[in-house]
Amino acid sequence: MVKLAEWRGKEIFRRYGIALPRGRVVRSPEEALSLTESGDIPLPCVVKAQVLAGGRGKGGAVRFASSPAEAAEAARGILGMEFHGETVKELLLEEKLPIARELYLSLTLDRSARLPLLIASAHGGVEIESVAESDLLRLPIHPFAGLSSYEKRRVLRTLGLSGSTAKSVDGMLDRLWRAFQHEDAELIEVNPLAVVGEGVVALDAKVIIEDDATFRHPEYADIRDDRTPLEEVAREKGIAFVQLDGDIGVIANGAGLTMATLDVLQQFGGRPGVFLDLGGTDDPAKVTEAFLLMARAKPSAVFLNIFGGVTRCDTVARGLAAAIAQVPPAERFPLVARIRGNNEEEGIAILREAGITSLHELQESAQAAVAASKGARP
Amino acid sequence: MSVLVDGDTRVLVQGITGHQGTVHTVQMLKFGSKVVAGATPGKGGSVVEGVPVFDSVEEAVARTGANATCIFVPAPFAKDALLEAVDAGIRLAVIVTEHIPFHDMLVMFHYARMKGARIIGPNCPGIAAPGQAKVGIIPNVVFRPGRVGVISRSGTLTYEIVSGIKEIGLGQSTCIGLGGDPVVGTSFVDALPLFEEDPETDALVVVGEIGGSAEEEAAEYIRTHLSKPVVAYIAGHSAPPGKRMGHAGAIIARGRGTAQSKVSALEAAGAQVARFPYEIPSLVRDALAARHAK
Repeated sequence: MVKLAEWRGKEIFRRYGIALPRGRVVRSPEEALSLTESGDIPLPCVVKAQVLAGGRGKGGAVRFASSPAEAAEAARGILGMEFHGETVKELLLEEKLPIARELYLSLTLDRSARLPLLIASAHGGVEIESVAESDLLRLPIHPFAGLSSYEKRRVLRTLGLSGSTAKSVDGMLDRLWRAFQHEDAELIEVNPLAVVGEGVVALDAKVIIEDDATFRHPEYADIRDDRTPLEEVAREKGIAFVQLDGDIGVIANGAGLTMATLDVLQQFGGRPGVFLDLGGTDDPAKVTEAFLLMARAKPSAVFLNIFGGVTRCDTVARGLAAAIAQVPPAERFPLVARIRGNNEEEGIAILREAGITSLHELQESAQAAVAASKGARP
Repeated sequence: MSVLVDGDTRVLVQGITGHQGTVHTVQMLKFGSKVVAGATPGKGGSVVEGVPVFDSVEEAVARTGANATCIFVPAPFAKDALLEAVDAGIRLAVIVTEHIPFHDMLVMFHYARMKGARIIGPNCPGIAAPGQAKVGIIPNVVFRPGRVGVISRSGTLTYEIVSGIKEIGLGQSTCIGLGGDPVVGTSFVDALPLFEEDPETDALVVVGEIGGSAEEEAAEYIRTHLSKPVVAYIAGHSAPPGKRMGHAGAIIARGRGTAQSKVSALEAAGAQVARFPYEIPSLVRDALAARHAK
C-alpha cells in the first residue's frame, strides 16, 4: 500500500490529462513568497500541508492567502506542524478557484464482486462515509469491457450534469479509469471534484498504489509510506514488520498465525509491541536478520511461534541460534519459543543446543511469554 | 468422495524447475498425489523428481492428461501461466505464488470463470484430501483421513488448526486454503456449497481473518443454506485499525472488516465461534457428537 501525498497524486493526474488548479510544491515560506510575487501562483491562493492523514481543513493544515505576505505567513504556520503524527515538510501552493459545485468520484476494488468499483456522488467535499447511501452511485466495472458510454451517462445523471460540464466529466472518467488500471492503483479518489465555470477541476487527489505492482512501477517503490524507521529497514530486507503500542516482540510465520498469536498474548494480559512475519523462507540468514531487527526494537520479551510448512523448523532454529550468538549479553531479552510442523524434531534439537526449550502448546507458551515480559524468567 | 480433488486428479506443476516447485512436487508425491507433468518454458524434455517437464501446458495436457495445475511461477509471470493453463483445458488451478497484483488477478479470475475453470488462491496453501490428493503446499504431517472439512483464509494458521484436529484423534475430509489476498479465486461462499454436498464431510471448520467482508457473506450462506455444523475462528481481534497485518487483505479499513463484526455474523448464523485456535478441536468434537446424536 503506497499512499501518495496529494501533490504526487496530482502529478499522476497531470500525466493523464486530468484538469488541475495551477500549483507548485514549496518547502519554505520564502518559496511561497516568491512564487506568489512573480505571479506563477495567482492570488488568492490555497496553502495545503502535504500529509497523508485526512481532515486537513478542520485541522488547520489548509489556509488561504490573498497576498504574497499572507502566503509566506501561512507557509510559516503550517511547515513543521505536527499533524496526526506526521511532521509537515512540504506544502502545495495552488490558485484558489471560484467553485460553483463540489462533486465526488472514486475508483477502488469491490473485493466481494471481484470488480473495480466506481463511486460517484453529487455531494462532494465531505467525507464520503457521511453521504447517505441513496446519494451514492456504486458502479461495478468489468475489467474486460472497461467503462462504457452508457455507464458514464449514468454517472453524469447522478452528478446532475449536462452540456459542456458533462462533456468534460465524461473525458475525465476515461482518464481516471486509465490511470486506475495503468498505475495499478488500489484507490483513486477525487474529492472534491469542483465545477468551475463550464468545466471541472480535481481539487484534491488521493491515490494509493498497490505494493505488489512495484515490479512494473519501480517509480513508486521508494516513496515513503507511513512506516516507522525500523519498519522501513524491514521492508528493504523483505520482512513484514509492524510496530504496535506494546512491549512484547512476536516472531511468527504467516499473517493468520501472527494475528492469532497476538490475540492469544493479549488474552493473557500481554501487550504485543512489534510483530514480524517471516513469511515463507528457507534461508536461515533471513531468520537471523529478522531476529537481529527484532532486537533493535528492544522488546521486553520475544515470543517465537512458528508452524513449519514452506519455512522448515530446522531453518528457523538454525537462524535463531546464529542470531542469539550475535546479540551481546547485556542486550539479551527473554525468549519463549514454540516451533511445530515440518522438521520439528531437528528444529527442537538445534534450539536445545542453543539453550532454548521449545514449548508444545500455544496456550502455555503465550502465558510464559507474557510472564517473561513482566520480569519472570522463562 | 472429497471436494474438488480425488484419486483421479492428475497434477501439473507450473514452475516445477524452480526451488519451491521442486520441493513441493516431492511433498505432493509423498502425499500420494499423481503429479504427472511439469511445465517451464524452455525446460521441456527435462525430468524433475521423475516427473517429465514440458515447454507448454498444452503439450503437458496432451501427453499426460493433467487436469489440475499447481502454479509456483513468480508474480510477474503468474497471469500468463494461469491463462495458458485455462486455455489448455485445465479446470482447477491452485496458485501458490504471492504478491500478484490484484489488477492481474481480476483478469485471471474473470477469464477462468468465463471458461468454466476454478482458481484457488493466489497466495494460498492449496487443497488436500487425505488419502486422495494434495495440490499445494500444506505440510503432509498435519493430515489424517476423516470427516471434518476445513476452509481457511490463512496458511500456517490452517496447519496449526488442522494439526490440532488430528491431535485429538479426528481427521479431515478435505482442507482448502483460500489465500488472504484482496481478490481470491474461491471464497468461503464458493467453497461452502461443495462441502455441504460432500457426503464425506460431517462438520466444517471455517477460519477467517480481519479485513473485507468474506466471513460476513459466509455467515449469510451458513444461515440460509448449510445443514452441517460449523465451527469458526477469526484471527485479528487485537489488530489496530489501519495497520496492514501481513496479508494485503488483512486490514481494518474505515471501521469495516473487524473481528467483532465477523464473529457476530457467524454466531447469529448458528456457528460455534472459537475465541482462540486451541479451542477449535474440542468444539469440533462436540459438534460431531451432537450431529450423530440426532
